[in-house]
Amino acid sequence: MAAGFKTAEPLEYHRSFLKENCRPDGRELGEFRPTTLNISSIATADGSALVKIGNTTVICGIKAELTTPPNDAPNKGYIVPNVDLPPLCSSRFRPGPPGEQAQAASQFIADVIESSHLINTEELCIEKAKLCWVLYCDIMCLDYDGNLLDACVVVLLAALKNAQLPQVTINKETDLAEVDIQKKRPLKINRHPVGSSFAVFDDSIIIVDPTAEEESLSTALLTVVTDEDDRLCAIHKPGGTSLSGEKLQHCINRAITRNKEISKLVDKVIKSMKTAK
Amino acid sequence: MMELDQSCSVLREYGSEQSLISKPDGSSTFVQGDTSILAGVYGPAEVKVSKEIYDRATVEVLIQPKMGLPGVRERAREQCVRETCEAALLLTLHPRSSVTVILQVIHDDGSLLSCCLNAACMALMDAGLPMNHLFCSVTCAISKEGQIITDPTARQEKESRALLTFAIDSVERNVLMSSTTGSFSVQELQQCIAISQKASEQIFQFYRDSVKRRYSKIK
Repeated sequence: MAAGFKTAEPLEYHRSFLKENCRPDGRELGEFRPTTLNISSIATADGSALVKIGNTTVICGIKAELTTPPNDAPNKGYIVPNVDLPPLCSSRFRPGPPGEQAQAASQFIADVIESSHLINTEELCIEKAKLCWVLYCDIMCLDYDGNLLDACVVVLLAALKNAQLPQVTINKETDLAEVDIQKKRPLKINRHPVGSSFAVFDDSIIIVDPTAEEESLSTALLTVVTDEDDRLCAIHKPGGTSLSGEKLQHCINRAITRNKEISKLVDKVIKSMKTAK
Repeated sequence: MMELDQSCSVLREYGSEQSLISKPDGSSTFVQGDTSILAGVYGPAEVKVSKEIYDRATVEVLIQPKMGLPGVRERAREQCVRETCEAALLLTLHPRSSVTVILQVIHDDGSLLSCCLNAACMALMDAGLPMNHLFCSVTCAISKEGQIITDPTARQEKESRALLTFAIDSVERNVLMSSTTGSFSVQELQQCIAISQKASEQIFQFYRDSVKRRYSKIK
C-alpha cells in the first residue's frame, strides 16, 4: 500500500514523514548516513580512496605525471580534478560527453582545492620553469544515491593523504629527470576541507545528506565546505528557493560538526594503514 | 577589527538596454563598469522529447565566453543561472515547453556571474515570461587585509582572498543563489550577505525605473 502511494504521490509521501520530523529511511532530519572509507583500493594508482555515504559510492584515483610548469606560474605544479558520472551509477546519466552535473561537480572540486589551500602547489614543483608534478585526480561515481559533492570532497582528501610521490632529481650532465621509485614520500596536506550537503523542502524544512529521491523532490540544494579552523571554503547554492540568514547559519553549524566527525574518520583510516604496514 | 566602510555598498556604474535584437523573444544587455553581457531569451518554445518535463517548462542556459568554446567553468555558471531562473519563473504555466536563455560575454572585467544573472533577469522581463519574483546579483570580494569590496573589477578579484557572489530575490531579500571561492569566516559571510542585500535595493529600483520608463513611452 505504501509502495503504491510512494509511486503515485512521491512528494506527499515524503511530506508525511517530514511532518513527524523523520525521513522514509528512518533517519532524523539532521542525521547523516553511515560513512565508510577505504584507502589504497587501486594498486596501480599513486593514491586512491573509496568512500560510501549510505549507498552513494565514489572512488578516486590519483596519478602523478611529470610536465613543464605553466608559463604564468613557473614555480608551481598543478592538480587537475575530474568528476565522472558514468551510466553505471544511475539511469539518469547517458553515455557520451560529460553532462552538466559532472562538469559543474568538477569545477566545484577544483574551486574547493584552490579555496582551501589543500596542497601547497609550490611543493609540486621540482625545478622552476623546467619540471613539476601534475596530479590527475579522477573521481568516479559507482553508485549515485544523492549527496555526490560531499562524497567527492572526502574521497579526494583521503586519496591525497594516501598518495606517495617518488623522489625526482635532475641529472646535471644530461639534464634529464631521474625518478627513484624506491624512495617515496607522502604529500603535505595543509588543510582538511569537508563538505556537508543540505536539501530544502517546501522552502522551510532543511534536511541533511539527501538521497537521490529527496534531491529530486527538494526545492533547493546547498553544500557548505568547512576546514578544520571553522573557516568556510565554499558555500555552494546553485539556485532554487531562497534561504533566510538564520537557516543558513544553522546549516553552517551542522557543517562544522560534520567536519570534526569526518576528520576523525580519515585520520583513523590513514593511521590504520600505517600500522598495518 | 573589521569596520563596515560607509562606501562599501558602492556599485560600479551600471546600465541596461532591452529589446535590442529582433529574433529572440526577449533580449537585453547589462553593463557593470566594463563588464558587459548580452542576453537573449527564447520561450516558451518546443522542447526535445528527451528533455521535456510533463508538468513544467524546461529551462536551458547557454553561456558563450568571449573566446573559445564553452568549458567546464561555463557549465558551472550555467547551472547557477539555470537554477536561479527555474525558481523565479512560473514554469508550471508552460508544461512540455522550453525556455532558453543565451548569454554572450562581450567583455569580462570582474563580477561576471553577477552581470550574467542581472542580464538574464532583464531579458526574461523583456520576453514577458511570468515570474513570481525578480532577482539580481551582487559580487563581494574580500581583500587580503579584510576589507569588503562590492562589484570588484578583474584586478580587484585577482588580488582578493575570497570572492562571493549572491543572487537576492526581490520579495523578501533572501539569498537565492550563492557561489564562493576562497576561504572566509562566518562573520565575513554574514557581512557580505548584508552588504549584498543593501546593494540589491539599488538594482531593484533600477529595474522598476527602467520598466516604468519603457512602458510610459507606449501611448
